[in-house]
Amino acid sequence: MTDLTSLKISEIRDGLKAKDFTALELTDSYISALEAARGLNAFVKETPEQARDMAKASDERLAKGEGGALEGVPLGIKDLFATKGVHTQACSHILDDFKPVYNSTVTQNLFDDGAVMLGKLNMDEFAMGSSNETSYYGNVINPWRRNGSDAALVPGGSSGGSASAVSAHICAGATATDTGGSIRQPAAFTGTVGIKPTYGRVSRWGVVAFASSLDQAGPIARDVRDAAIMLKSMASHDPMDTTSVNVEVPDYEKALTGDIKGLRVGIPKEYRVDNMPAEIEALWQTGIEWLKARGAEIVDVTLPHTKYALPAYYIVAPAEASSNLARYDGVRYGLRVKGDDIADMYCNTRAEGFGDEVQRRIMIGTYVLSAGYYDAYYAKAQKVRTLIKGDFDTAFKDVDIMLTPATPSAAFAPGEITDPVQMYLNDIFTVTVNMAGLPGISVPAGLSSEGLPLGLQLIGKPFDEETLFRTAHVMEQDAGFTARPDKWWS
Amino acid sequence: MSVDQSTVRKIASLARIKVDEEDLPRLEGELNSILKWIEMLGEVNTDNVEPMTSAVHMEMKKRDDVVNRGGCADDIVANAPLSEDHFFAVPKVVE
Repeated sequence: MTDLTSLKISEIRDGLKAKDFTALELTDSYISALEAARGLNAFVKETPEQARDMAKASDERLAKGEGGALEGVPLGIKDLFATKGVHTQACSHILDDFKPVYNSTVTQNLFDDGAVMLGKLNMDEFAMGSSNETSYYGNVINPWRRNGSDAALVPGGSSGGSASAVSAHICAGATATDTGGSIRQPAAFTGTVGIKPTYGRVSRWGVVAFASSLDQAGPIARDVRDAAIMLKSMASHDPMDTTSVNVEVPDYEKALTGDIKGLRVGIPKEYRVDNMPAEIEALWQTGIEWLKARGAEIVDVTLPHTKYALPAYYIVAPAEASSNLARYDGVRYGLRVKGDDIADMYCNTRAEGFGDEVQRRIMIGTYVLSAGYYDAYYAKAQKVRTLIKGDFDTAFKDVDIMLTPATPSAAFAPGEITDPVQMYLNDIFTVTVNMAGLPGISVPAGLSSEGLPLGLQLIGKPFDEETLFRTAHVMEQDAGFTARPDKWWS
Repeated sequence: MSVDQSTVRKIASLARIKVDEEDLPRLEGELNSILKWIEMLGEVNTDNVEPMTSAVHMEMKKRDDVVNRGGCADDIVANAPLSEDHFFAVPKVVE
């Protein structure tokens, strides 16, 4: 029998329907695989008993000829999503022992469609990081290594556990979130597909908030089809999230027609940044050639405010974070560290409970919102955001989609980047998309000279995830990305 | 603009994060390198530009002003470090 963990979600669906295997057999295969892969540190909480119960329930439904779109599919859930009665800590010390009494809308949607939860996935603390080095539960390791090297590499972040687990085949797919690139950058670093949907497409209810005007959940999956299947289940209109948009969720799989003839693809010239590695530039050019050969029309576009997106982001995101994270005070949930009085208790709890990067961002956010600085920083950044959105609006009058690199480099080593600003530059190609609320997808497109995955990013118009999937699917076929990391971890 | 150590101390206090005196120089350096970088925004002419207030244009959703969920006090205090009779318990605030 084939190794069940090698099957994609679309193949699981067919196999379960044909009764080639049961959901329980499938889940058991994954439980063995993830237990053998603990060296990756991708899961912070394994839930094997619950997974088996869910798989058995799936088998019962399948036996009756019932079953949802993800029936029996074993998934990993990022620790940011509330899961009823199960570890939900945003990988922070300050949420010690927090067990929600409810499910996030996203996890509830997935469970309603029959998905099985294998456990909770590691991530940067409160989704603040680009390398998964800020988790209270330790670094996640990328399954990929440089050619001929056994040195560890980061999986990217903040959805590093999601990307590592999907890449290592220790879950069939994973939930993830993206505030500045946290789905697309780790997907690019691990040879997986990650889509950040349009802001408002997926409910944020029950997802631990980082920067509410930028946060959006999406899947990390093995291929474009699997990502389309997962997003269909994750997306919904939710009255519990006031920014959730009431637009029907299309059947994204139907968008995978293989036909992009006549599609107008924009190439933003500002993405040709200084010191861009030659192989990233070459990969981008290759992507352009693929789309051209498929009958797409390539159009040069300009997004003049691109270089200001990242600094504006590092005002807006910390400002919103400082406000969102004010709730962690040792009173209602999580860690409490004693103090001389109540204010001292707050200060001690937050000093011990938050890691360095989170403290840094809260302090930046507090500063830019403080009296006398609000206009100079926060109001200024929100105006720059208007200009960034305006750039996209103008360019999208002329094109249907844009193609860019996903990241400025391949995966790097833990400890290699210590300067915060250098680390932030990882999101240079992805952050504009969050600032403008647009959808973006990262697709594995090739290998670096050192044998590491590299991704290309497609950016779409608001609520046009279908064109993203259609184009990504074609690019995936042309890339023929079948490389796998050596299975050194088990 | 840049911050000095006394400003860092003030920010930490506003953010309710206890910072040890010996960590002030490190934080001063880190915050200043970030602030110096974001100063780049000064180059952008934002005269007559409205600040962005929502990522997606939509009418603010409203609902009826009624209690639609309630009676779940047990759930609300379920994760509290300390609670009594459905109250969150904290150190004495008023003598």
